[in-house]
Amino acid sequence: MPILEGEKVTKYFGGLAAVSKVDFNVDQGEVVGLIGPNGAGKTTLFNLISGAFVPKPGVIRFKGENITGSKPHQICRLGLSRTFQEVKIFANMPVMQNVLLGSLFGTPTGMASANAAKEAAELLDFVGLSAVGKTPAGGLTLANQKRVEVARALATKAELLLLDELMAGLNPTETAEAMELVTRIRGRGVTIFMIEHVMKAIMGVCDRIMVLHHGEKIADGTPKEIATSKTVIEVYLGE
Amino acid sequence: MPESIVTILDIAIGGLLLGGIYALIAMGLSLQYGVARVLNIAHGEFIMIGAFSTFTLYTVLGINPLVCLAIVGPIIFIIGFLLHQTLFTRLRIAAPNPGAYEASSLLAAFGLLFVIQNLALLGWGADFRAYSYLNFGVNIWGAIFSANKLVILGFAVGIGVAFYLFLIRTRLGKAIRSAAQDPQTASLMGVNINRVLSICFGFGALMAGIAGVLISMRVPLNPAMGLQYTLIAIIVIVLGGLGSIPGSFIGGFILGIIGEVVTHFEPSLSLAAYYFIFMLLLLVRPKGIFGK
Amino acid sequence: MDITRFKSKGFFIPGLISLVLLILLATLPLSLGGYTVVLVTTILMYAILTVSWVLFSGPSGYMSLASAAFFGVGIYIGALLLPNTGQVLPLLVVVVLGGLASSIVALGVGALTLRLRGIYFAIFTFGLVVLILEVLNWWEHTVSHIRGRFVMVVDNETIFYVMLAIFVATMLTFFFLRRSKFGLALQSIGQNEEAAAHSGVNVTMVKVLTFALSAFFVGAAGVVWATRLTYIDPYIAFNFFLSFLPVLMAIFGGIGQIYGPVVGAAIFAYLQETLQTEFPEVYMLTFGIVLVVVILYLPNGIVGLIPKLWRRISGGQHANT
Repeated sequence: MPILEGEKVTKYFGGLAAVSKVDFNVDQGEVVGLIGPNGAGKTTLFNLISGAFVPKPGVIRFKGENITGSKPHQICRLGLSRTFQEVKIFANMPVMQNVLLGSLFGTPTGMASANAAKEAAELLDFVGLSAVGKTPAGGLTLANQKRVEVARALATKAELLLLDELMAGLNPTETAEAMELVTRIRGRGVTIFMIEHVMKAIMGVCDRIMVLHHGEKIADGTPKEIATSKTVIEVYLGE
Repeated sequence: MPESIVTILDIAIGGLLLGGIYALIAMGLSLQYGVARVLNIAHGEFIMIGAFSTFTLYTVLGINPLVCLAIVGPIIFIIGFLLHQTLFTRLRIAAPNPGAYEASSLLAAFGLLFVIQNLALLGWGADFRAYSYLNFGVNIWGAIFSANKLVILGFAVGIGVAFYLFLIRTRLGKAIRSAAQDPQTASLMGVNINRVLSICFGFGALMAGIAGVLISMRVPLNPAMGLQYTLIAIIVIVLGGLGSIPGSFIGGFILGIIGEVVTHFEPSLSLAAYYFIFMLLLLVRPKGIFGK
Repeated sequence: MDITRFKSKGFFIPGLISLVLLILLATLPLSLGGYTVVLVTTILMYAILTVSWVLFSGPSGYMSLASAAFFGVGIYIGALLLPNTGQVLPLLVVVVLGGLASSIVALGVGALTLRLRGIYFAIFTFGLVVLILEVLNWWEHTVSHIRGRFVMVVDNETIFYVMLAIFVATMLTFFFLRRSKFGLALQSIGQNEEAAAHSGVNVTMVKVLTFALSAFFVGAAGVVWATRLTYIDPYIAFNFFLSFLPVLMAIFGGIGQIYGPVVGAAIFAYLQETLQTEFPEVYMLTFGIVLVVVILYLPNGIVGLIPKLWRRISGGQHANT
C-alpha cells in the first residue's frame, strides 16, 4: 500500500519546468532511491513533497490524504519529515535542543516537555550523538550535523523520511556509517525516500530506484534494472 | 493653450525634475546598498552637506553653484571613500555572515546620520536657509518654468547617463558590476574587492553630494532635510530592484512623476503616497518592478 | 537538559535579586521622590521599549523598526481616551487598551510582512512609522482640524507605578518566554527558518504572535507616556528616533543576557535626561559617536565587556568560559 503518491506533479520556475508531470509512489516500509544528474529536479521534488513549494499542477497524497498545498509544518506533523542537501541545523543551539524541537513541535499531537525530552535523548543515542548533546550543533563535523538532522526528523515521529543526499561530502568511513544508519532507521519501521549520488550506497540500501532527468521521470525499478537500463546509462554517460 | 493641458505639462515637467533628482539619489544608494551592501541611512546627510556647502560657497565666496559641482563632488567622494575604508570595511570583515553585516552597517550608518546632522546643526544652525540663483522664468509651450529647474533636470539626467555609461564601458565600471553580481568570484578574478566597494560607496556619496548641490538651488535648506531623501531613495531602489542601476534610474523618474501628481492634489500626502506604493510593492513584488 | 535546568538551579538567586531590586524601586517615591522618580520613570520606559524589542527581534533575527509606531499608537490611544477635558475610562483600562491596539496593528503588519526577509522587514516596519505619521498629520490638517491634543495630568507617582507594573510584566514575559517551548520555537526560527518549518513549527504563527506580544508592552507604555507628555501631536507621538533607540540600547547593553538591554536602556535614558534639554545637539552627536563605536568595538555590548574585563583581571583563568 503506498504511503506516498504523486500524480502529474509539476513545478515551473519562470518558464522552465523543474519537475514535469512526475507520477510516483512509495510503499509503506520501502527504501526508495531518487537519482539523476545535477539539475534533474530531485531536490525540487522533495521540496514539493515536504510543502516548501506547491505543485502546479499535480496532486500529492500522504497516507491517502491529499497534502497538496499544505504548509511544511502541517505535513511534518502528519508524519512526513525530511533532511536537507545543505545541512540546515540550528547552529547556535545545543544538539539536544535541535532534536527536542522536532519532538516538541513536529509530532502529530504535540508532546509534553518531559516525554519530548526523553524521546530526544533516545534519538540522540540512536544516531550516536549522546556524548555531544550539550554542544552547539554548529560545532560538529558535517557527518554529525547530518546525524542531528536525521535525529530531529525522526523526533517528529516520522513515518516517511526524505533524506536529501545524506552521504554527500562524507569520507568513505562516514559513508559506510551513514548506510548503516539508513538500515537501522528502516528497522524502526520508517519508510525512506532518499536522494543520493553515491551509487554504491544507493544500490546497496534501496529496494527500488527512480531516475529523474530534466524534471521528468525516465526510469523506475529495482537497483538491478536501473543499473542495466539503457536509458539510464545514456543519461549518465551522455553528460 | 487650454489650462488643463498647461497643468498636465506642468506636472509632467515637475515630475521629470523631481524624478531626475530622485534618480540621482537612488543611483547613489543603489551603489552603496546594491553593491557595497551598506543600507546607508545617512545617504541624505551627504545631500545635506552638498547643499549647505554650496549655500556657503555661493553666499560667502560668491562661487557659482554649478562650479560647486566640481568642488563639492570630489570632496564628498573622498569622504565617502575614506568612511568605507575605515568604518564599513572593518565591519564587513568582522561580520560572521552577510546578514549580520547588513544589520551592523545599517546601525553604523544610523550613527553617522546623527553625527553628521548634529555637526551641521552646530555649524549652520537649525534655521532654514535659501539663496536665489537662475531664478527667472522660461516659457515652454505656454507653461512657465524657472530656469534653475531646467538646469537641475539637465544636470541630473546628464550625470545619471554619464555614470551609467561609465559602468558599462570602463574597466572600473565592469569591476563594480561584477562585484555587485558576486563579490567572491570578483575577488578571485583579481578585483581588489575592498577598494572597489569603497569606490562604490564613494560614488554613492558623490551622487548624493551632487544632488545636494542641485537641490540647494530650489529648496530651502535645513540640517534635518536629509532623511526624507534617504527614505525616497530606499523606496526607489526597492522599486527598481536592488542592485540594478538602470532600475533605480528609471524608478526615480517613476516615483518623481507619481510624487508630482500626488502633490498636485494633496501636497502633504506625497511621502505617505510613496510609502504606500512602496509597501504595496514589497508585498506584491518583493524583488522590485525590474527585479528578476 | 536545558528546559528542566531552568526549573531546578539558576532560578532562585536571580529571582531573589530581582525581588530586592523591585522592592527598592517600588519604595523609591517614598525615599527619594521628586526628580528621581521622573528620571526612573524615563529609564523604565526605555527599558520596556528595549526589552520588548529584544523579545521579538533578539531570537527571531527579524530587525523590527516598528517600535515608534507601536509607541505612537499607545500615545494616541492615551490622548484620545484620557483627554484633559475629562477622562473617558480609568487609566489602567486605557493602558490595556493601548497595548491591545498596538498588538492589533502588529498582528496586521506581521501577517502581511513577516515573510519578508532580512533588511526588507526592517525597511517595511520603518516605513510603517512614516506612513502612520504622514497620514495622521494630513488627517489632522485637512479633515479633523485638530492640531495637537492635551492629555489629562496624572501625578508623577502614579505614572511611575503604572510604568513599573508594565516593566515588571515585560520582564516576566521576557523571562518565561525565553524558557518556554514557544521561545525555543522562536529561537529556532532565528537560526534557520526553513528547518524550523520542516520540523513542525508553525513559523508564521510564532512570529506574528510574538511580534504582537512585544507590541503590547510598547503600546501600554505609550499610554502612560502620553500622560507624562501632557501635550501631543503626530510628530511627538510618532518619533522615528524611538524606532532606533531600542535597537541601539539593546546592542549597547548586550542582547545575550536578560539584564543587558536593561543596563543599556538605563545608561541611555540617564544621559538623555541629563543632556538633552541643555545640549540637544551635543547629546545627539554623542549618541551617534557612541553608536558607531559600540558597533565597531563592542559587538556583545557593555554587558559582554564585563566577563572580558574579568578574564583579563583574573589572568586568563576563565578563558574558556
